[in-house]
Order: sequence, then structure tokens, then C-alpha cells
Amino acid sequence: MTTSALALRHRLAERGIDPQLFLLVPATVFVIALFVYPFCYGIAVSLQPAQGGALAAYRAFFTDAYQRDTITTTLGIALPAALVNVLAAVPIAYRMRGKFRGKRLLTTVLVVPITLGTVLTAEGLLGFLGPTGWFNRALLSLGVIDQPVTLTHNYTGVFLSLIITGFPFAFLLVLSYLSGIDPSLERAAATLGAGWAQRFFRITLPLLAPGLATTFCLTFVLAFSVFPSAILVGDPTGSTRVISIAAYEAAYVRYDYAAASAAAIVMGVVELVVISVVLGLRSLLYTGSTAGGKG
Amino acid sequence: MRRRIVARPGAWVVWGLVTIFFVGLAGVIGSVVVNSFGVRWFDTWLPETYTTQWYGQAWTDFTLLPVLTVTLVVCLLVAGISVLIGVPAAYVLARRKFPGGRLLYLLFLLPILMPPITYGIPLATVLYKYGLAGHLSGVVLANLVPSVPFVILTMTPFIEQIDPAVERAARMCGARTRHVFGRILAPLLVPGILAASILVVVRTVGMFELTFLTAGPDSQTLVVALFYSMSAAGIRAQQSVDAMAVIYCVMMVILLVVALRFVNPTQLVARVKDDSE
Repeated sequence: MTTSALALRHRLAERGIDPQLFLLVPATVFVIALFVYPFCYGIAVSLQPAQGGALAAYRAFFTDAYQRDTITTTLGIALPAALVNVLAAVPIAYRMRGKFRGKRLLTTVLVVPITLGTVLTAEGLLGFLGPTGWFNRALLSLGVIDQPVTLTHNYTGVFLSLIITGFPFAFLLVLSYLSGIDPSLERAAATLGAGWAQRFFRITLPLLAPGLATTFCLTFVLAFSVFPSAILVGDPTGSTRVISIAAYEAAYVRYDYAAASAAAIVMGVVELVVISVVLGLRSLLYTGSTAGGKG
Repeated sequence: MRRRIVARPGAWVVWGLVTIFFVGLAGVIGSVVVNSFGVRWFDTWLPETYTTQWYGQAWTDFTLLPVLTVTLVVCLLVAGISVLIGVPAAYVLARRKFPGGRLLYLLFLLPILMPPITYGIPLATVLYKYGLAGHLSGVVLANLVPSVPFVILTMTPFIEQIDPAVERAARMCGARTRHVFGRILAPLLVPGILAASILVVVRTVGMFELTFLTAGPDSQTLVVALFYSMSAAGIRAQQSVDAMAVIYCVMMVILLVVALRFVNPTQLVARVKDDSE
């Protein structure tokens, strides 16, 4: 290889361009063909309703209270569920971050609900929390309640199904972020006389916060796209009529693809707004190395 | 170092919450399992008598064998293709800084951050337009959309953990990119690739929305078949639906036990030495 060719390669490499970037091509082509293109296609479809102007589908969505309220319904389910999942995961993961016997078993059992999927969870919740299910039966025989509490086919059912599927996910993510924080940092703080609360709030939490923001986003996405459980354990025509149901109905019940695409895009926009707010807050936090320094 | 068993009130609250969660979980899974074996179960703690006939009925009524085959084929294809496409991209994103890199990363992040229904409906429309939806290829393509970015995102930290000095040393000794990949990176990345592909399989088995929107009658995966049989309640016996749910559950658990032999779920985001204490 001549010196000038080497120099050229170095100059290009300094700008970060070299033949290795070709490795990105398949993934990029794939995402553009199967994600970006359909998405743009969806936007185009939503702007070409059968009648009315370009924005008629969106106008119809926002003027019809039955459609518009699905936004608040979805947020009303997804935000609390994601918050509860993340907030409950922090203390539990914090307590379990060290080594103890049975940790592997515990994490294995915790992964189970993720794999159950929403449909099986819904089926189980219907049986367990139903009027003659074990839960009501236990409360009745303990004398806590006089008649069965209604926990399915309403908001509670959907919320609980989101906790069951979402919490283990949040827990595992938080736990892995926590185990990425070097324990020697905390031990150093302890040597300097910091108590439990000080160590948690001034050392661990600030290092964990960016991870928490990411966890919240991912849990929120899971909760936001609640679809089967909203139909099966929820009240799909009333209190748990989420956007995805509205979009699905438009597409496959009314065959109004403009309205369906409009609903899907409204759904995406609402979700991206929430996520960008959270990630915007996250960028204000420290996001560097969580390993203990040597020097 | 063993932890103390006797603990502060905080610990009691934590363990209490965990217990409540597990009791609920056991109840949810237990009711499905018990119901799938029960003959008649209306207003009692447990069914009157037990039987296994619902499993036989589920097997024949729902034509489970083809459904399971479809599920397996879809999962293997999705996992294989997404690893092939995703790992090279993850490598470049983990190692390189280049103009537009952050933008590209955001592009790969989007399909994971979007609810499946949001892009699933336009995607299904496009796939139907090109005649790809309604059979296996459509289901595979649709499931690849979140899987490829998922592989990229899970593999990036794995690749970042590998000391670049190892690669530089190989390059100093004259290895080309393909040698670096084949001889240096691939052996080091095997646990990561296994972890990512198993997680992709788990996600694909559980992925309801995308499969639901693109599947035809002969390309339903288990979870979609389960949904149809549940929402068509009354036609099928509840117990036989539950039997199907148990089959689904057992399949997932087997998958998981296999997965956890290779990966520790808590080490997906960051890895520290386990024996640091």
C-alpha cells in the first residue's frame, strides 16, 4: 500500500467514513423498506379520505368525542401503569442487587410473565379475579367483602394485566442497570460515613436515573400499545376503549383505511410526545460511565 | 458474603410486594392450568373431577400441529434473519463515529418505541398491496420490523464490552475485517447472539398485534389462534381454550429455561463481574 493511499484512507477514516460502514446497509435498507416506507404510506393514506379535504380523517377523529377520548383513556391507563411498574421496580431491584441464594431462580420466575403474553395473562386474570375466581373466593371466606368485587371487564383488569406483564420487564431492566453501577462507589461512600439513605439518594439514584428514564419509556411503550388485554379483560366499548381499538375498528370493521391510518398516526404522535418529554428530561442528567474510576 | 436474613422494615415491604406479585401470578397461571384439567368448575374452589380430554380436543379442534409448526418456522426465520442483518449494524454503531450516526441510531430505535399497532396497520396495508400478507412471508416480514432493531439494541452493549484493543491487535497482525469478524468477534459474541436471538424468539411467539394484522388463515401463530378462540367464546369450551393456553405457556417456559442456560437476564444492559463482592 502506498503512502498516499494510506493518507487518503486516514483522512476519510478521521471523518469516520470507511468501508466498514457498508455493514450498516442491510439494516438501513430493511428499516427504510419495512418501517419508513409503510409509515409514509400510512400518512399519505390518512390524508386521502374518501370524502372531505386532506385533513378530513383527522378532523373526524378529533371532533368525534368517542374517538377523541380514546387518547385520554390510553394515557390514563398507560402512564400510571408504567409509573407504578418503574417505581415498584426500584426498591425491589435495589434490595436484590447483591448476590444471594436463589437469585437466579427469582429472576427466572420473574421472566415468566413476560413470556405469558397479554392473551394468556388476560385469560388467567378472567379466571383468577372473576366473580367466582380464587381471589374473590378468598376475600369472601375471610369476610373482607360481602359480595364479589368486580375486577375484570373494567379499568382494573387492564391495569393489573399491564402490571403483570410490565413489572418483570421493568424490574429486569432496572436490576441490570443497577448491577452496572460499580459497588465500590457505594462502598467508598460508606467509608466516608454516608448512611443508607445518603448512599442511595446521592450515589446510586443519580447514576441510575438515566436508566430509569429509559426503563420508563420502554414500559410505557408496552403499556401504551395495550390491545388484546383491553379487549379481553377490559371494557372495549367504554372505560378501556384505547386508541389501538379505535384504529383497529376503523381498519377491519369499517374498512375506512384513512380513518385507521389517522388514528394510528395520532397514536404514534401522542406516544412520541410523551417519550421525547421523558428523554428530554433524561438528557439533563449525567449519562457517563457508571464504573468506578481508578485515577 | 451472605446477607442477613433479619431485616429492616424496608426489606419487609419489598419482600411483601414481591410475595403479593408472585401470589397473583400463581393465581393467574394456576386458574388457567386447573381449569384446563377440570370437568365442571362453577362455584367451587376446585373442579369436581379432572380430565385430560380438553387437551385432545384443543389439539384437534384448533388444529394445533400446523399452528405450532407455523409458530416455530416464523420464530426461527425471524431470529435468523434479524441476527444476520442486525449484528453487523450493531457492530458499526457500537464502534464507529460517523456523520449521521445518531440519526441512524434514532431510526433504528423508532420501530421499538412505536406501538406495533401504529406501524402495523400501514405495514399490513402495504404488505397486502404487494401480495405478501396473508401468508407466512408477510408474518415473517412484519415480525422482523421490531426484531432487527431489537437485535441491534441488545447487541450494541455486548459489542461495546469487547475491548477494541483485541481487534486492533488482530488488525496489526494483518487480519482483514472478515477475519476479525470470524475469528475474533464471533466467538466472543456467541453468548450475546444467543441471548438476542432467544429474546427475539420469545418476543415473536408473544407478538400478537403484528401477526394478527398480517396473518392469513393458514399462517396464524399460537398467540393469534389463542386470541381468536378466546374472542369467539361460547363456540369453544372455555376449558379447551385454557388447554391451548397451557400448551402455549409450557412452550414458552421450555424456551425460557433453555434461554437462561445461556444468558443472565440481568446482564443484558451492562455487565460487571459477578464475583465483585
